[in-house]
Amino acid sequence: MAMNTQGRPSRPVSNIEQGGYADTFSGSRGLDQAEPLIFERGRTDITGVDFPKAKGTKARLGGLERTDEIGLPGLTEPEAMRHYVRLSRKNYAIDLGLYPLGSCTMKHNPRLNEKMARLAGFGDIHPLQPQSTVQGAFELMGELAHWLMTLTNTPCVAMSPKAGAHGELCGMMAIRAALDARGQSGRRRVLVPESAHGTNPATAVQCGFYCDEIPAGPDGRVDMDAFKAKLGDDVAAIMLTNPNTCGLFERDIVEIARLIHEAGGYFYCDGANFNAIVGRVRPGDLGIDAMHINLHKTFSTPHGGGGPGAGPTVFSEALAPFAPVPYVVKDGEGWRMVEQEDEAEGEPFGRMVAFHGQMGMFTRALSYMMSHGADGLKQAAEDAVLNANYILARLKHIMTPAFDGTCMHEALFDDRFLKDTGVTTLDFAKAMIDEGYHPMTMYFPLVVHGAMLIEPTETESKSGLDRFCDTLESLAKAAKDGDTVRFTSAPVHAPTKRLDETRAARNPVLVWTPPAETLEAAE
Amino acid sequence: MRYLPLTPDDREAMLATIGVQSIDDLFLDVPEAARLDGPVNLPLRATELEVERAFARMAKKNISAGEAAFFVGAGAYKHHVPSSVDHLIQRSEFLTAYTPYQPEISQGTLQTLFEFQTQVARLTGMDVANASMYDGSTACAEAVLMAARVTRRSKAVLSGNLHPHYAAATHTACKYMDIATASQAPVPGALDDMIAAIDEETACVVVQNPDVFGRVHDLAPIAEAAHAKGALLIAVVTEIVSLGLMKSPGEMGADIVVGEGQSIGVGLQFGGPYVGLFACRNDRNFLRNMPGRLAGETVDAAGRRGFVLTLSTREQHIRRDKATSNICTNSGLMALAFTIHMTLLGEKGLRQLATLNHEAACTLADALANVPGVELVTPTFFNEFTVKLPKDAAGVTESLIAKGVLAGVPASRLYPGKGLDNLLIIAATETNTQADIDLFARALKEVL
Repeated sequence: MAMNTQGRPSRPVSNIEQGGYADTFSGSRGLDQAEPLIFERGRTDITGVDFPKAKGTKARLGGLERTDEIGLPGLTEPEAMRHYVRLSRKNYAIDLGLYPLGSCTMKHNPRLNEKMARLAGFGDIHPLQPQSTVQGAFELMGELAHWLMTLTNTPCVAMSPKAGAHGELCGMMAIRAALDARGQSGRRRVLVPESAHGTNPATAVQCGFYCDEIPAGPDGRVDMDAFKAKLGDDVAAIMLTNPNTCGLFERDIVEIARLIHEAGGYFYCDGANFNAIVGRVRPGDLGIDAMHINLHKTFSTPHGGGGPGAGPTVFSEALAPFAPVPYVVKDGEGWRMVEQEDEAEGEPFGRMVAFHGQMGMFTRALSYMMSHGADGLKQAAEDAVLNANYILARLKHIMTPAFDGTCMHEALFDDRFLKDTGVTTLDFAKAMIDEGYHPMTMYFPLVVHGAMLIEPTETESKSGLDRFCDTLESLAKAAKDGDTVRFTSAPVHAPTKRLDETRAARNPVLVWTPPAETLEAAE
Repeated sequence: MRYLPLTPDDREAMLATIGVQSIDDLFLDVPEAARLDGPVNLPLRATELEVERAFARMAKKNISAGEAAFFVGAGAYKHHVPSSVDHLIQRSEFLTAYTPYQPEISQGTLQTLFEFQTQVARLTGMDVANASMYDGSTACAEAVLMAARVTRRSKAVLSGNLHPHYAAATHTACKYMDIATASQAPVPGALDDMIAAIDEETACVVVQNPDVFGRVHDLAPIAEAAHAKGALLIAVVTEIVSLGLMKSPGEMGADIVVGEGQSIGVGLQFGGPYVGLFACRNDRNFLRNMPGRLAGETVDAAGRRGFVLTLSTREQHIRRDKATSNICTNSGLMALAFTIHMTLLGEKGLRQLATLNHEAACTLADALANVPGVELVTPTFFNEFTVKLPKDAAGVTESLIAKGVLAGVPASRLYPGKGLDNLLIIAATETNTQADIDLFARALKEVL
């Protein structure tokens, strides 16, 4: 459909009969205000920043001055504020309500952490300043490393990975380097449970490995017989999430560690779900060789609509020598950063990024950890598990839990309770939007049909959970009672109705271009 | 505990609903050997005030950029960020949202990403851009991996004047993928000869502009030579402000442009989080092979325009071991900071900002070149240049600290053992006053 420059369809659409909204003249609906793109609103000759007048110095650009128009519209500050504040109101956020995305750990983001990260001594320092002028920053990194190693009972942590998947890469590269150092480069097969995050197989391949899937047993955990059958002298490692993506603790994990080591492979643990056990279980005690820690999950650094994250990766004694540069070391009274591979003590597999990692996330995570302390972190893990089990207990009579028994920090349901209702997991999720909730993770893990993975985290109150469960109960009942339209037409109370993702993929429009009529007029 | 809403009574009631006696009953799957008796050996909970004191004590040990005459660059730059940027990115709805998996309640994030992509594409002279990478160095590594997929070749030629951290990150990302990354030797003040290294196996040539020493280059001859052999040109821009004044890499023939967006909106933050920019030509094969998230335009069920994450069949959550990259979380909030700052600047403001940066660097270069024994190495530059000192640059930098000057990055820190010990890489931006420049020149004269 053609769009005019206000970003609305050029023909009005009436959909009241479908339970939709009435169109208004402005395109806005009360507090939900229509907002065009900056390219439709701004002008290249407008700026919201005042500068002193240039002196007119002769350029020394070697004749490479830009002559074309770039096409970047500007807005004054009041216009820009409205543009972004209006857009912000079209977002759901943890500060607005329960955000039960399973495996994503959307917990409250304490604002103290934001304040600490913005101290000039941390926020306004350069990664390549003389090391003598950033001793406090190194100290903070060292302190955070100490907390991470203590909580995991491991002897080494690489701080530089930029996110969880980057931490996976860090861990798997160390494994590859260790195998090469052992003269066992032929070990290329990596065992990955079929319930694993997609990042696991994608990461293994980036290290030159290939993946071999381990099926899940009927209890949602690694099928031990299948696992044992797959061990062999070409196996490099197992990549296992614990607690796993079904929200279950791998109760055979110590045996898995023993067997993979006996077979000459390494144990990579995906630490995405560390929040369930932090302060109560130390992964090093389970026999892991490497594990990334998502600071943006367990340690509450904000997700910011898709990042940044941070993925420090801990290592066992066996892998520690292969950890990447850079890293900080305490040198007498002071701190020093080892930046070059040939200055390092072990045999680092390389450098993963420019500079030293996500300092802004380190400050926030350490602030979170110190606030909680050893006792508070343990309590947080326990409350996260308690909240998930409470949801499971309250909803199991009307929704269908994927597995029997209790869970860890997330409750997994399948879509059997929707059988013959004409409502899919997707429809159910979209109906939750109308009820004011962000949907749970859908269709993941892949081992469960129509999966709905609910992770409430520890920062929800009991009364909040009760309201959430009441709502889900009502929705499940409505689906079973044949109120199908409530689901298939959902959402109707969101800033947009259901969006056509197929169309977006079939005819990708990834940047704004002026409408054809404007172009013609200009020609 | 101020962040935990459950009360002891709540916990009791909830355990009863679940039908277990104690919280320990929910951890029975943990092997006995791994169960801890009590809290781990770390300090106990702390009040806000206690945490603030501990952080203030550590922060005080650092010299922040704002406290000194500051000229450190080499991949991260001190720029002024308008106050409204930090205010806006702290809006709860942006700060505390997840990746926009549910587009109907994520239009704020998705529209700003679509705007970001358009700004990045226009700035770099490319057709399309993604929704951000972790930083410039990982964007560079991903670009090389993409070039290898697109061309089905397995060699990359890396300019010696590419930031060594970028070269190292790229080398690490490629080392187990059977892609040979050959870094040339650096040539401060000029450019290494990459053209001679290109052959029929070459997937791509990677050139930084302005290069790590600050020198600006015409990429067109390299693009031509690469294309003649069927290779791609990857242009790396670590100082994105330069594109306000300089010809875009796209105009000079680049096929993929990657960059560090830190200069716009993000701040120094000791190296991260930053925002990787990734843009390329609009070619079906390119699109299919791009790493990272992409926001795309579509319509909703009522025909109204909206935005979604798209082409996700490239990505790990769908394609798993066949994905173009393992990236999941990117740098969304920093991309937001970038796009807000860029919108405040607009084309007019960006050109002014770039001009002020260039003028500051020209003024500083002249002031330093007047100091006896100091020689300007880079004849052309944008806002960063390299000088040759009569003695070891690391020692000089260290002695300038006491005089209130953070002088730049000694080339030896990036290229140890390469005989570049007397070279100092110096950046000047709109944040440097004439007094800063005078102080630097005076202090340098004193310590030489």
